[in-house]
Amino acid sequence: MKTPEADIQQAINDPRLQLAIYTATGRLIDHRAAVVSAEALPDYQALRNEANAIKKHTIENLDYYLEQLESNMIAHGGKVIFCRNGEEAADFVLDLAKKRDLHMLVKSKSMTSEEIHFNERLERHHLEAIETDLGEYILQLAHQRPYHIVAPALHLTRYDVADVFSKELGVEKEVVIEKQTKLARGVLRQKFLEAGIGVSGANFLIADSGAIVVVENEGNARLSTSAPKIHIAIAGIEKVIPRAQDLAVFLNLLGRSATGQPLTVYTSFLSGPRRDNEIDGPDEFYLLLLDNSRTKLLADPEKRQSLYCIRCGACLNHCPVYRKIGGHNYPWVYSGPIGAIITPQFHGVNQDTWLPFASSLCGACAEVCPVKIEIPKLLLKLREEVVEVKRRQDSDGMERFAFQLFAWIATHPKIYLLLASLGSIFFPLAPRIGPLKKWASQRTLPEPAKQSFHQWWADRKGGQ
Amino acid sequence: MTARDQILGNVRKALNRAAGQPPLFEAAPLPAPTLRIPRSDRSLYADLFVQKFEALGGKSFRVRDTAAVILAIADLLAQKSAVASNSPFLRKCGITGLPQVHAGFTEREDLKQACATCDIGITSVDYALAATGSFVMLSSHNEPRLVSLLPPAHIAIFPRSLILANLDELLSILPRPADQTSSMVLITGPSRTADIEQILVRGVHGPGEIYAVIVESE
Repeated sequence: MKTPEADIQQAINDPRLQLAIYTATGRLIDHRAAVVSAEALPDYQALRNEANAIKKHTIENLDYYLEQLESNMIAHGGKVIFCRNGEEAADFVLDLAKKRDLHMLVKSKSMTSEEIHFNERLERHHLEAIETDLGEYILQLAHQRPYHIVAPALHLTRYDVADVFSKELGVEKEVVIEKQTKLARGVLRQKFLEAGIGVSGANFLIADSGAIVVVENEGNARLSTSAPKIHIAIAGIEKVIPRAQDLAVFLNLLGRSATGQPLTVYTSFLSGPRRDNEIDGPDEFYLLLLDNSRTKLLADPEKRQSLYCIRCGACLNHCPVYRKIGGHNYPWVYSGPIGAIITPQFHGVNQDTWLPFASSLCGACAEVCPVKIEIPKLLLKLREEVVEVKRRQDSDGMERFAFQLFAWIATHPKIYLLLASLGSIFFPLAPRIGPLKKWASQRTLPEPAKQSFHQWWADRKGGQ
Repeated sequence: MTARDQILGNVRKALNRAAGQPPLFEAAPLPAPTLRIPRSDRSLYADLFVQKFEALGGKSFRVRDTAAVILAIADLLAQKSAVASNSPFLRKCGITGLPQVHAGFTEREDLKQACATCDIGITSVDYALAATGSFVMLSSHNEPRLVSLLPPAHIAIFPRSLILANLDELLSILPRPADQTSSMVLITGPSRTADIEQILVRGVHGPGEIYAVIVESE
């Protein structure tokens, strides 16, 4: 796909949207800064180093920890289902719902389920999947995908929400945020109590415990995993960490990096169905472990660090590109800098070739990444690969010709000097015509020096 | 080939590892767990807990002994219906004997109904964390999950001695929580959302009001 220039231009020219993105990401930036400062968290850099080392070790030995997770989960009475792709994950859920004669499920926020278009797949087979995170619920009603990994409805104002609720739920337009929230609570509460299946994502999979960890603020994930008789968790295979004690590192980083909370309101550590002595909780527990191209990505020793991501969204908030173009101009559910590095790896570098170039390489993303993914370095690597693919496809013969021509000129001094002096005469015209027009439309071109270096050198008689 | 075998096979191929091979530590060492437990005076934990808990929007009461609990929360319970967990500590505090408190549930559906209709859920906790103002609840016969979740308000009553320094200390005491329960939850403040315009709203799905009653003598 080519750069969606028209859409990007539209986003940039929409003052309401620009204000919404700028304000929301700005708040998230401030909240994070307050809790990772040297006074608030003296060990912040040490925690990042530990998180990176733990992720690196786990990813380099991923098969071992997946099998350990699986056997410990089975020991707690849970079932582990490996899924090659979204179709296999959806088929498992559809099949289970059919066997149990269930027609509706409640769902808490999961980027992994967004990635595989989980709800759409189920709905095609008449299994209703209801998003229960407030932001996700609004988006489901509005038929939109998440704008941001952590704050999915970041781009919508209370007035947009009033329109969506009034259109989809048939209620009076209500613009008071507290009342909108209460309305959603009422509708969704009934669903929680009726649903036979609750689906959640997982922020971490704990190998030594056979457990999943889910963090959230609203309580909808707790409800989805506690009220229905069946709990299904969907997670990418890269989410595993070795030990429950590693949570001391990751939980101290995740909430702070995402929303500036030392801990989110609810942190649920779940392992299997309810035990014999427990009154409530699910009777059945399934963990769907999703590949969906992750193993393909794993094969590159340098780029596999993209799998360390814990989806905090800090790189989006701090990215000057994301903050201008917004989330929906990225081609996939993962937006921002992390989206720019994982999308080409999941979909192939020959798709969306503009994506690795949509960065100023300022390095803000790498600076705030809690697991220290070298995002700018990976962007450069991907740019290299894009160029290589294009070269092989020979789709850019013009560029190759231009560089060959330049090489010839640069190795013939007399011609070089002639063209250089011509260039300084015609240069001021360049921005208005020819190939530089577009480039110069966003930049101020430097004036050519009045005297060339060669001229200066000759005038000074060799610099004496 | 099953999806499981194929995925694990692809992982091994990508990493150049053999089936059943133990983890390698040379190229990518696994750091020993680092638990950062502040060495401060335990008697200060209750003060710190209260400070953090109230900053999140919780309200706390500190009472001298179990006999003083009912008086402390009498205003909260007035004209309200409540459901209590089966924690022996609540019985000791006299909570389960109150006329407006429904208690003693052993069946899931009965419990769910009570939790879905009562104004307040009353529990104890397994631990509390001073550094973040959190409750730690391990699901069990004594502490089902829904009591602290479905009612619009949650009151947790617990002895001061259960307050730990922080998450790291909890993980040093419970290195593998799954050995004891199918569900351990840390509750840090009232349920909240900021999904519309980043404006904070409390009580979206879980309780919007939470209270801590700390019994000093225990």
